[in-house]
Amino acid sequence: MFEIFGIPSQALFGQLLLGLINGSFYALLSLGLAVIFGMLNIINFTHGAQYMMGAFVAYMLLQYLGINYWAALVIVPVVVGALGAVIERLFLKPIQRLDHLYGLILTFGLALIIEGLFRNYYGSTGQPYAIPDELQGGRNLGFMFLPNYRAWVIVFSLIICFATWFAIERTRLGSYLRAATENPTLVRAFGINVPRMVTLTYGFGVGLAALAGVMAAPIYNVSPQMGSDIIIVVFAVVVIGGMGSIMGAILTGFALGIVEGLTKVFFPEASNTVIFAIMIIVLLARPAGLFGRSV
Amino acid sequence: MAITTAAPALWLRREADWSIIIAAAVMVLFLIVAPFVLYPVFLEKALCFALFGCAFNLLIGYVGLVSFGHALYFGWAGYLSAYAAKSWGFDPEFAVLTGTVTAAVLGIVAGGVAIRRQGIYFAMITLALAQMMYLVALRMKLTGGEDGIQAVPRGHLFGLFDLNNEMTMYAFVLVVVLAAFFLIYRIINSPFGEVLKAIRENELRAISLGYRTDRYKLVAFALSATLAGLAGAVKALVFQLASLTDVHWTMSGEVVLMTLVGGLGTIFGPVVGAFFIVALENYLAPLGQWVLVIQGAIFVACVLAFRRGIVGELASRLRVRL
Repeated sequence: MFEIFGIPSQALFGQLLLGLINGSFYALLSLGLAVIFGMLNIINFTHGAQYMMGAFVAYMLLQYLGINYWAALVIVPVVVGALGAVIERLFLKPIQRLDHLYGLILTFGLALIIEGLFRNYYGSTGQPYAIPDELQGGRNLGFMFLPNYRAWVIVFSLIICFATWFAIERTRLGSYLRAATENPTLVRAFGINVPRMVTLTYGFGVGLAALAGVMAAPIYNVSPQMGSDIIIVVFAVVVIGGMGSIMGAILTGFALGIVEGLTKVFFPEASNTVIFAIMIIVLLARPAGLFGRSV
Repeated sequence: MAITTAAPALWLRREADWSIIIAAAVMVLFLIVAPFVLYPVFLEKALCFALFGCAFNLLIGYVGLVSFGHALYFGWAGYLSAYAAKSWGFDPEFAVLTGTVTAAVLGIVAGGVAIRRQGIYFAMITLALAQMMYLVALRMKLTGGEDGIQAVPRGHLFGLFDLNNEMTMYAFVLVVVLAAFFLIYRIINSPFGEVLKAIRENELRAISLGYRTDRYKLVAFALSATLAGLAGAVKALVFQLASLTDVHWTMSGEVVLMTLVGGLGTIFGPVVGAFFIVALENYLAPLGQWVLVIQGAIFVACVLAFRRGIVGELASRLRVRL
């Protein structure tokens, strides 16, 4: 053990790790928001509620059906994503030609409904979700203790983030998607089913949120308000990064998580407001956001 | 912009003014008779929310700016008003003034940051700023954290009128709210208000006509925040309480709901919407968490099928301006 700036390395790296964990959730969520915004031109206010649903569905699978974490990691994003696709067809499609603000208000209403339903059945106290057996314990790295599960979350979300980036920026399907974002009418004229693509995109973005929810379940308690707590921070992250670039969303998410972790070490009182403060500074210095094109 | 407002064609305007005078007369008459029939505290609450809604509507309905963080001004004005009345022993008029000025300052600062981005980003920024100040309120000594500021004295208005008398309190709230309502009406119909509407319809065009739209937006934002603050400051005196509920994001959502239900961009919409939602919540209070679900369902229903709102629908049926 040694000290850095008078802080024991254990505490410093511990908070840094926690920051990276938060950062991976910010990255996954803002990535989903950016993908959805690109295609549907709406800000998905339900995103937080869908993240919360991801955690809850994983919890319910384990509790009622005995389905473990690994299976949940696959099942939950598919189930919640499919539910998202239904939401898109039922609610978002009819209003796609209206002003952006209606999409925002509608998804806000949906978030209230989902949060209210879960609060009704589970109250506002959190439900515990055990870390899977394979990832129990941790290892001592000399300068800090690294719990296995946390290492897994960071590595796995990095893989998911870059796989998403690759799929959108480097594959054929991704190029259709980007083309449809630029000019849906023209892409339709080439015989591509754009409305179905829109639905699937929304489902995919929601699935990412649900996946983040499953990963968050063993770290935080599973509670109905976990979504609304995080989504507002993610909005600030999105404002800072700008939604123009996939890579920008990923980098900003991780970077802000780390900044938040460091603030917890050096100036704990400001740790939960630091991201908002950074947002203000970025808006004053570079209104379009770090990676954004001017809107 | 495709915000569904009930703005009628210009040719309607001459006769339309009559519809507003008649509607205003009906409203004032109702509000004078109401405290003899309904609970004054319920009416005071509804009036505060009506003003809050009107202030919010000034932005969303007439400038096309969607603020998702108006609880910031409402709640913090409440805190400062309560604090001034309780800890500094201010008379109610100065307590309310303290709260309102606080909201004005917050509005200028937050508005200055938020108007740097448009559309969807504007909404997210206002929400994030409000959340930041919510977290500050959670920790600060001044606000009392989880407890809030309780047992705020109502005091004597101008040292003369005892506000502990419920009817006097009601009269005070009514006069304040009606005065603010009239002010908002004048703002909307002033040359300044016409520019705001031009920005709502087509900001680029307004810029090309030589208007510095950012300044107009900032002034409108500050005015809206100030009036929202006035509502919050009065509400803190009515309930003798300033608490975290009023700065929470759910409060920002509630004011959107009230304005939407009543009718975006209508003069009377937020008033009707506020009375509707406050009454609804009164009846639904025993249902607990279902209130959240019902609120959400109303949001969804309004956006999908009832975008004009109650007053907007009425106005378009009668082909008048309300």
